[in-house]
Amino acid sequence: MNATRTVPAALAVLELTVNNHPGVMSHVCGLFARRACNVEGIICLPLGDGARSRIWLQVPDTDKLEPMTRQARKLEDVLEVIRHPDGHPVFAQLGAAVG
Amino acid sequence: MKMTGAELIIRLLERQGITTVAGIPGGAILPLYDALGASTQIRHVLTRHEQGAGFIAQGMARASGQAAVCLASSGPGATNLITAIADARLDSIPVVCITGQVPSAMIGTDAFQEVDTYGLTVPITKHNFLVDSVEELLDVVPRAFRIALSGRPGPVLIDVPKDIQNATIEFDEWPQPGCAEPAPQPADTALAAALALIAQAQRPILYLGGGVVHAGAAPLARELAETAGLPTVMTLMALGTLPETHLLQLGMLGMHGARCTNLALAECDLLIAVGARFDDRATGKVAEFCPNAAIVHIDIDASELDKIKTAHVALNGDVREVLGRLLPRLGAQADRRAWLARIGELKRDFPLKLDGRHNPRHHYGLIRATARAAGPAAIVTTDVGQHQMWAAQAYPLDRPRQWLTSGGLGTMGFGLPAAIGAALAEPQRPVVCFSGDGSILMNIQELATLAEEDLDVKIVLFNNGALGLVHQQQTLFYGGRLNASVFRGQPDFVRLAQAFGIRTIDLDAEPDVPDALAAAFAERGPCLIHATIGLEEKVYPMVPPGAANTDMIGG
Ligand SMILES: Cc1ncc(C[n+]2csc(CCOP(=O)(O)OP(=O)(O)O)c2C)c(N)n1
Ligand SMILES: [Mg+2]
Repeated sequence: MNATRTVPAALAVLELTVNNHPGVMSHVCGLFARRACNVEGIICLPLGDGARSRIWLQVPDTDKLEPMTRQARKLEDVLEVIRHPDGHPVFAQLGAAVG
Repeated sequence: MKMTGAELIIRLLERQGITTVAGIPGGAILPLYDALGASTQIRHVLTRHEQGAGFIAQGMARASGQAAVCLASSGPGATNLITAIADARLDSIPVVCITGQVPSAMIGTDAFQEVDTYGLTVPITKHNFLVDSVEELLDVVPRAFRIALSGRPGPVLIDVPKDIQNATIEFDEWPQPGCAEPAPQPADTALAAALALIAQAQRPILYLGGGVVHAGAAPLARELAETAGLPTVMTLMALGTLPETHLLQLGMLGMHGARCTNLALAECDLLIAVGARFDDRATGKVAEFCPNAAIVHIDIDASELDKIKTAHVALNGDVREVLGRLLPRLGAQADRRAWLARIGELKRDFPLKLDGRHNPRHHYGLIRATARAAGPAAIVTTDVGQHQMWAAQAYPLDRPRQWLTSGGLGTMGFGLPAAIGAALAEPQRPVVCFSGDGSILMNIQELATLAEEDLDVKIVLFNNGALGLVHQQQTLFYGGRLNASVFRGQPDFVRLAQAFGIRTIDLDAEPDVPDALAAAFAERGPCLIHATIGLEEKVYPMVPPGAANTDMIGG
């Protein structure tokens, strides 16, 4: 269960625009956890007036990605899902800050 | 307008057209019950366990196609609902569950009867809400119905803290009741590609799933089968969409399908899947399911397309609308005479063997005799086990929404409360519930609800003294080591039902089973019909779990 794991070589980023309320993170993260898909990185920030937020999820780029994307699109609070197969600069910037 | 949150919820339910709800009150939902008591439109059915309320709501929704409502209090009330919600999710049933929650200020304090209902129901609902202001109810209640009914239907839960039920709200305008939103429309080019595949196919099979029932598309599916000359298989959830007597129908596919059905699928060159999701009980080992077939897949849920089998043409839309667009454009079809002859041959050589179907003391015969006594108007519910699969194989179903069974979750205890719900939704129809001695005890307390509501539900109890389907698996696949599948003691089911105030017939003691059944059904109202069934009986044919559908044993 707790065998040491390494970060998968190929990572994609899913960029989600969602309604901003307390339950959204549990809907989104639960979706991935239930399908044994480890979210390697996650960033969430409110947009504009805070009615919506944007979530960037860094996830393994495997066969599961397409079905996961379709499942994410079905969530009531998820308004848009964009796939970035080659990653997204937010993680590089945050990575630099974390060191 | 000025009212409390509780009154607002009840008015919004009335505006949705709700006339019956099922549930059990408790501290955190008492304001809502107080407002419900004042409603002249909504009747409350008091169940004896919240799971019963959840399955009654499901029975109403499955029989009518409309969203149905159940209520529970916080904590144990909400946790008791969970199995019924998960069941609704897997079978795509539109149910709106309203639960009471401890007052907002106490959430997170381990207050009395506090449980994270929202968190618990995230993975088993289509969507859920924890209401955080009384104003929000104006949006959340209609939205819950819209979500439950739109696209692929499913359960929605609204958790309402007690203080919000008690809070006062003033507003000017009622929101519109929630209803199903328009479905996506697949492109004409995709439709044309599907039509071309269908027209050219030499050996096509039409594969109907529960989505056909949900969409009200059974007449169109039948028209497609007839116009294009397509042999047709159904999933457990779709039984009844093509009548048992129809020439093109091949019955149920999969684990307990007829040999001819699974063998025909192995030979097809085109599989047209309509509102079906390639469930493992239907496909067996996926790699060997329809190995030579191209696939046209029509489904309202985009995430079902390409999930198990990659479709050559995937049509994302409401199956009724898509079939409605396909039908007028069905052109000349390939010559299918050889294929239909081959299907005839398979049906002749490998039919579903319903041994004992003429003997009403035998399980198949009892199902047939029950169907005759119940008449064609009857609705049939089942529990889960051998009796369920035998009923699926042998009951002469001939219309959608006639057959209500727990397909995806396979929940023992579904049958009785679902039958109560069906009888509430369709009071003019008799309802038959096929149950087992194991399953019936899982929601036996609902006999009290049934007696109180005096509904026309006839329970046919197949008593084999065992968890028959488990016994069968242990016999066949675990070297006959029977562990925990045979009951060492049993209640007297006849006297048990009598104690609940329910009429009974013990077929074991009746000289003439058809006469006794006719007498049971002649009288309106609840009745428990008890029959002993041999424990040596098996459900055949059977595809061993994980095997290919062509590797059937028995039958
Ligand atoms: C709630 C629940 N628990 C366990 C099971 C596993 N299970 C499937 S069939 C079955 C036996 C059912 O026994 P009974 O209702 O007597 O039906 P029979 O097979 O004997 O006809 C069991 C335990 C289940 N489906 N549902
Ligand atoms: Mg049994």
